[in-house]
Amino acid sequence: MKEFTYEKVSTIEEAVSAASKNENARYLAGGTNLLDLMKLEIEKPAHIIDISRIGLDQITPTADGGLKIGALVSNTNLAADKRVRKDYGVLSRALLAGASGQLRNKATTGGNLLQRTRCPYFYDTNQACNKRNPGEGCAAIGGHTRSLGVIGTRTECLATYPSDMAVAMALLDARIETLKIDGTARSIDFKDFHQLPGETPQIETSLTPGELITSVLLPPPLEGKHYYHKVRDKASYAFALVSVAAVLQPDGSGKIAVGGIAAKPWRSEAAERLLPSGAGLVAAKLLEGASATEENKFKLKLVENTIASIITQNKA
Amino acid sequence: MKFDSPAGNNPTDKQKVIGKPVNRIEGPLKTTGRATYAYEYTETEIKPAYGYVLGAGIALGEIVKMDLEKAEKANGVLHIVTAENAGELDTGLFYADRFLAGPKVDHYHQAVAVVVAETFEQARSAAALIEVEYKKQNGSFDLEASLGSAKPLEPAPFTPPSETRRGDFEKAFEEAAVTIDQTYTTPDQSHAMMEPHATIAKWNGDKLMCWCTIQQINWGVRDLANILKIPAENIRLISAYIGGGFGGKGTVLSDLVAASLAARAIDRPVKLTLQRPLIFNNTTHRPATIQKIKLGATTEGMLTAIGHESWSGNIPGGRTEAATTSTRILYAGANRLTRLRLCELNLAEGNAMRAPGEAPGMMALEIAMDELAEKLDIDPVALRIKNDTQVDPENPEIPFSTRKLVECLEQGAEAFGWSKRNPKPGRVKDGLWLLGMGVASATRGAPITKSAARVTLERDGTILVQTDMTDLGTGSYTIIAQTAAEMMGVSLESVTVKLGDSLFPESSGSGGQWGAASATSGVYAACVKLREQVAQQLGFDIEKADFDDSKIKVGSKTYSLKKAARKGKLVAEDTMTYGDLSKEYAQDTFGAHFVEVAVHEYTKEIRVKRMLAACHAGRILNPKAARSQVIGAMTWGVGAAMMEELVVDTRLGYFVNHDLAGYEVPVHADIPSQQVILVEDEDPTMSPMKAKGIGELGLCGVAAAIANAIYNATGTRVREYPITCDKLL
Ligand SMILES: Cc1cc2nc3c(=O)[nH]c(=O)nc-3n(C[C@H](O)[C@H](O)[C@H](O)COP(=O)(O)OP(=O)(O)OC[C@H]3O[C@@H](n4cnc5c(N)ncnc54)[C@H](O)[C@@H]3O)c2cc1C
Ligand code: SF4
Repeated sequence: MKEFTYEKVSTIEEAVSAASKNENARYLAGGTNLLDLMKLEIEKPAHIIDISRIGLDQITPTADGGLKIGALVSNTNLAADKRVRKDYGVLSRALLAGASGQLRNKATTGGNLLQRTRCPYFYDTNQACNKRNPGEGCAAIGGHTRSLGVIGTRTECLATYPSDMAVAMALLDARIETLKIDGTARSIDFKDFHQLPGETPQIETSLTPGELITSVLLPPPLEGKHYYHKVRDKASYAFALVSVAAVLQPDGSGKIAVGGIAAKPWRSEAAERLLPSGAGLVAAKLLEGASATEENKFKLKLVENTIASIITQNKA
Repeated sequence: MKFDSPAGNNPTDKQKVIGKPVNRIEGPLKTTGRATYAYEYTETEIKPAYGYVLGAGIALGEIVKMDLEKAEKANGVLHIVTAENAGELDTGLFYADRFLAGPKVDHYHQAVAVVVAETFEQARSAAALIEVEYKKQNGSFDLEASLGSAKPLEPAPFTPPSETRRGDFEKAFEEAAVTIDQTYTTPDQSHAMMEPHATIAKWNGDKLMCWCTIQQINWGVRDLANILKIPAENIRLISAYIGGGFGGKGTVLSDLVAASLAARAIDRPVKLTLQRPLIFNNTTHRPATIQKIKLGATTEGMLTAIGHESWSGNIPGGRTEAATTSTRILYAGANRLTRLRLCELNLAEGNAMRAPGEAPGMMALEIAMDELAEKLDIDPVALRIKNDTQVDPENPEIPFSTRKLVECLEQGAEAFGWSKRNPKPGRVKDGLWLLGMGVASATRGAPITKSAARVTLERDGTILVQTDMTDLGTGSYTIIAQTAAEMMGVSLESVTVKLGDSLFPESSGSGGQWGAASATSGVYAACVKLREQVAQQLGFDIEKADFDDSKIKVGSKTYSLKKAARKGKLVAEDTMTYGDLSKEYAQDTFGAHFVEVAVHEYTKEIRVKRMLAACHAGRILNPKAARSQVIGAMTWGVGAAMMEELVVDTRLGYFVNHDLAGYEVPVHADIPSQQVILVEDEDPTMSPMKAKGIGELGLCGVAAAIANAIYNATGTRVREYPITCDKLL
């Protein structure tokens, strides 16, 4: 861990102002991802802005019947919120499928959106990684790729974005509200938030430097049955090989989003329109253009089968 | 005391304390955080400095240049140990690995430098400032690709014969009515113990004292002396509590060497722990195996040919993973062949991990038996019972001392409800889940070895036991206390047990499931001596004495035990040694594992629903501790069957998933109801304690039982561990 300076701020204005004064600063929320990465010197901020006491820890109803989730609401509190459990079951389930009880107590909504990949080569600073050191190359290509992405990947980077929560939020068409360092606020469509690697895998979101996530807006509840199926090698405390969030109607129509396969939660409206026609067609459409490795091509079949399982349950 | 003829009646037979399911005597210390683990000692007068090991960034090659300047100038840095300033080092006698790379690098994350600083954080951040320039060399990292270069084994300690034969295996296999001929693979695995390797080292002149976490204190002293080239008498090691070892802390590893060198260099105590991501490639692991099994049987299911060949890899000088061990004794069959081959690989050193050889061997053999049962259309429990033997099948003149495999299979099957299993795979469904049941035999050797102890009758009538035995969370403290309490006729509360200090008499240490039986026998021997001293002091005939309730009854007379120490405490020390009984009898432990799994019809996720183990392992000294060992081992079996794999990057030459996010082990949610049946057994050929070890038996066969249950659920036979959903899709 590199030495860094530390300050604690108490308002969002103070937070962005602190960020504007320090080029290589990071916000510290729950710290469950940032601190681990700092210990391994994968993240090397010179300045830490502790935002854990700036408020933003409430979940409030919005005028249009949705919910506004403060960026500092913990994953535990979000999953347990009565309104979330009743009207946004898919989100509650996705959260509870992630990490462990202790981690969810610390982990925040904003931090979760910005958690970084679990690519094993990203985690080993002896190895080439374009995400850590742009232009260095990618050690994962030709190596151990079982957990890595199968779609939207590039020769520059195969990494996935590992959040469970975000898969549900993508499905729900959430919006992300932010405050930039120049003091302007904006609202970002969930689908525009996470970025595919392109030639710049180090750029993971559409946030500008120092931009603070203030809240996540959920639109009014989605009627229908809510599902979150996370597939992994053990029953708990592991990242998804593949996860599928879905809200399905009795007639079989609905929405789906898939995690564990790309640098962002994966959705395709064209694929969703095929839901009544069965998992095979949905998966084929959703995974159009996929390029899997020998080790992770099973994910393509797994996506289809997980969708099929959900469709079967919805019919039952 | 020498044990050279089967035990008759002795004071342990009373089983007033021995055999009772008492709680861990050190439990309260652990649950309240007062048990001191290696990294937690605060007994150095001077505040220790912190060491941090920098691991090599390449798998094989040379250090061309190491620039320490920035690190040396960093805040708080006191010293940096490298091969250039460490002085000449040797290796230990158990591990073949060199602890400090330079100029040669033998494997990934081999230590290249030890940074010593005032704080842990300073040492860590300075380590990142060291710039190492390497020259890479091509190495062998892929077991399968290296098979061509495999060699027979050189005779060495802990190395079985390279080949064993009886009858004419080739002919019998050729002529057998029903055969199985399959290849199975098991991956490299990590001990992944909770407590990382850690040491506090302190020099006093040329005397070295280390608080450390190792299983064999005697080997530790021997090896550290050899590595540092100093006299063994100058070394004192303390390892009083160990947060899991599983063979991964057998003796000296890099933490002990690094801390000792660093403390010597700065003339101040140094405290050091290996960071988790280093452990997988820096220390040892269980090597991967490729195993070929050929079974031949009559149509009635009698085995006529048993062949098992296994390949594994290791660094030069490293041992083989003896995966054929159990196959040599488990089933009858006149024609047999086992063969072990070793390839040179440039990964980290492979070495002992819980039930070395037997665990991966049984993972393969017991699937093969399931395949044979199916081909024969015989129930897999019945097939195993049919092929039981009461003599060592390689040496039929040698009987098993006790062998209750059949009882384990029968009692286990009954309790588990095995009769409800549908032998046709893929037929039982519960909603979206396919259900299946599997069985496997279990066996593991029961070695016993020389062990000493010192027992003191204090003036207040309490008993103190001292031995350098270790407790890895296994229950050594408790069973040793039970032994002393039984022998001296006192309550458990009157016994204090001190372990894990090289100043104490030399014990068996903990490894190879020999600890429980050996260490308690050493305590037995010392207690026999102490009883004689008590008799002498009080003037009674020891032959007629009954030690009970802190008193001694001799005929109509009663003496108080405390009185024997009225003039001063009595101290007795003895070593239990062994004659040839282990050559006259085959001494092993046996059991049976039953598992029910559910496999998701669509995603092929696997969930274990129920597990049952029936085990016999001599006299059970403490059923609660024994059960804990077995359920822990069953949990290991779940890991081995379903998730544990050190993934080798065969280009870069290292285990890629070198943290606990990547190397997955079971969590609570993976472990269902576990039932353990301890089948009654006493083995008088082992020692006066009549006990055997059980901690490794519990693991042997579990993974295969799970694999067989998965097959029964799905109809898909997977022969490459771990069995993950992708292999079933
Ligand atoms: C062992 C382990 C297992 C896990 N398993 C799972 C799992 O199964 N599924 C899953 O989804 N996740 C899992 N996680 C990840 C976990 O969900 C994240 O670590 C957590 O959500 C991050 O939140 P945090 O508040 O701790 O973020 P921090 O670590 O504090 O921050 C993460 C990043 O976000 C930035 N940041 C934080 N808040 C803001 C803000 N308001 N505005 C702008 N930037 C901000 C920080 O600067 C930092 O760069 C696991 C983590 C661990 C350690
Ligand atoms: S896949 Fe991406 S994160 Fe992983 S090593 Fe390659 S560039 Fe780095």
